[in-house]
Amino acid sequence: MGGLLHTVLVDPFVQMWTLPDFFVQVLWEGLVSGILYALIALGFVLIFKASAVFNFAQGIMVVFAALSLVGLHRLGVPAFVALGLCVLIMLALAVAVERLVLRPLVNQPDIILFMATIGLTYFLIGLGELVFGGEPKVMITSELLLPTGSYVWETLGGRVILQQIDIAAAVIAAAMVAVLAVVFQRTKIGRALRAVADDHQAALSVGIALETIWVVVWFAAGVVALATGIMWGARSDVSFALQIVALKALPVLVLGGLTSVPGAIMGGLIIGIGEKLGEIYWGGLLGGGIESWLAYLIALAFLLVRPQGLFGERIIERV
Amino acid sequence: MRLHRLLAGGTVALALALAAPTGPALAEDTLYVPLLTYRTGPFAGSGIPIADGMRDYLVMLNERDGGIGGVKLVIEECETGYDAQKGVECYESTKGKGALIYNPYSTAITLQLIPKAPVDKIPILSMAYGLSATAVGEVFPWAFNPPLTYWDGASAVLAYIAEQEGGLDQLSGKKIGFIYLDAGYGREPIPLLEQMAERYGFQLLKYPVPGDQMQNQSSQWLNVRRDNPAYMVMWGWGAMNPTAVKEAAKIRFPMERFIGVWWSGGEDDARPAGADAVGYKTMNINAVGQDYPVIQDILTHVVDKGLSKVSDRSRVGENLYNRGVMNSVLIAEAIATAQRATGKKLVTAEDVRLGLETMSFTEERMAELGVTGFFQPFQVSCKNHAPGNRVYIQQWDGKTWQPASDWFESDREVVWPLLEKAAADYVAQNPDWPKRAEPCA
Repeated sequence: MGGLLHTVLVDPFVQMWTLPDFFVQVLWEGLVSGILYALIALGFVLIFKASAVFNFAQGIMVVFAALSLVGLHRLGVPAFVALGLCVLIMLALAVAVERLVLRPLVNQPDIILFMATIGLTYFLIGLGELVFGGEPKVMITSELLLPTGSYVWETLGGRVILQQIDIAAAVIAAAMVAVLAVVFQRTKIGRALRAVADDHQAALSVGIALETIWVVVWFAAGVVALATGIMWGARSDVSFALQIVALKALPVLVLGGLTSVPGAIMGGLIIGIGEKLGEIYWGGLLGGGIESWLAYLIALAFLLVRPQGLFGERIIERV
Repeated sequence: MRLHRLLAGGTVALALALAAPTGPALAEDTLYVPLLTYRTGPFAGSGIPIADGMRDYLVMLNERDGGIGGVKLVIEECETGYDAQKGVECYESTKGKGALIYNPYSTAITLQLIPKAPVDKIPILSMAYGLSATAVGEVFPWAFNPPLTYWDGASAVLAYIAEQEGGLDQLSGKKIGFIYLDAGYGREPIPLLEQMAERYGFQLLKYPVPGDQMQNQSSQWLNVRRDNPAYMVMWGWGAMNPTAVKEAAKIRFPMERFIGVWWSGGEDDARPAGADAVGYKTMNINAVGQDYPVIQDILTHVVDKGLSKVSDRSRVGENLYNRGVMNSVLIAEAIATAQRATGKKLVTAEDVRLGLETMSFTEERMAELGVTGFFQPFQVSCKNHAPGNRVYIQQWDGKTWQPASDWFESDREVVWPLLEKAAADYVAQNPDWPKRAEPCA
């Protein structure tokens, strides 16, 4: 018993202390993963805030956007033109979703809209496979002028390896979050979006066009999906397996709340760093591979303290 | 009114079209071969080239020879998505059509089908995958895993590492890492590796990769960096492989000490890592390239006629494509052997089981089939369903796979008794397991 307690409560911290460079590496990897989880979660939050729809298709949107980018480039389209075209494709997708999925289902229960996004998922899987095929593709990282090397930081008696693509991911994700924050806080469309998020009917009564807002948020989620697809694609490859990565957003959303942009970011970072620390320092005790469920455990632990999530709205209903 | 009639008529027509039976037409004078494949989902990267290779060889036989023994083959693919449940659904929906043989292309699906095979009397061919113990034909008369088992693979990779280090005795005290897909497939060689670790005194470090973490392996590789094993062995599949190669490069693990199983050696597994993947090794059981008569015939009779699903002519001859071709060579030879043994052109699944158990790939027969040098000769027997325990090491040069060793054998002196024990354990755990109708001579 004493040995077990030592292994659980003492050994991991001794390891952190004796191999500080490795500990920093773990924190860095957790931070990068967390930022990428936050990006995925952001896509969910944007749509949920404006339309109360849990967009099951967010994962496949990541794949679809990345596949479109690589597919267009393979057809001979220059990388940045392909990037621009992909943004237009995500806009077209947003318009199509609003016209063909959301508008006919307006005023339907939330579960109907949720089911519709499941349908959209399978439609996009089929369309993606039909147009681009199922083979994995290599992300056009260098063509997009994204860095691919690594820096070795000799520190703390060892080394910390920083991948340039991870640094770029962190910078781009931070920039996207900043832009989205400014758009939502400082612009007319942002105020309209927040109004819709607060109360659909009240927003409608003051002349805010719900349809336009839906197109805007689905487009913003599409652009976030494109950025996510580029970053995850560069770390691995561009294949339909990427949609599984999107499942990582679920514990982030449980933790951060479905309606909070800061919650998605903080939730992503906590899950990213928490699961890395858990897997590296405690995972061996349970045979390894604990990351998949550890993220949910962390989220549940937070929920015990804050049932509404980190930044979620506290709902008080009089009965 | 006319519009209503038009709509009603269209609806009826659509309903009739949907109600019509789907799949290829089955004539009485054909041989029906269902192929359980996956061209979609997270494992499509590995599944597509194999499906293309399997299908193209059988189509080539139809085009070049009019089928097998003059009987046309009816080939039907069923998409499993590498999912055991869907795989079983594919099996159930096709077995009634006169299926002669099943190739599950998934260890999990194979495990589901092994108990069904003696009941439905349709043989399972899990070529170089599946349950290792099915090599023991006395116990598993309906399952075949030629040319070799995963346990042979585990033994062979250790033999290769030992050779690099100067002998098996040099493994003592060393750390050998094993990163694997945390599924039936990836876990299959662990019992053998654990026993080898005990026998030779090396430390086996296991790094499971859950299916939903295939493209998110930084934790596993951080652990590798901390543990600093002398070698890494991989049992990966689908999107797990290219991610692992990239992550290994990221932590600067020496690539020439990173060795995958034969299923981790697709071109798309190494290519995404670019120059960082140079030096990565895997075991292999088939040749790579187009310089074989069988591949040339496929190009002539299938690809150049536009009958292939392959996305680009240059992909014919890639490693996993050729693996698919090899698989179908085995299917066809089992059917041809059954035809010769029974004197019937229209053989049954039971006949094909006999064909599988007696087929022999001699140098002469391989030359006739245009597969000389494509894989190693072997002869299946009643007792031994995985008799070809030879592999070679290939190494990625940045563009293609290059042979990095001669063919060499696993240690059957060690592996075979363990296979027999595993087969006996299987029977003990399944008391109703049917005994072989005719014991092996």
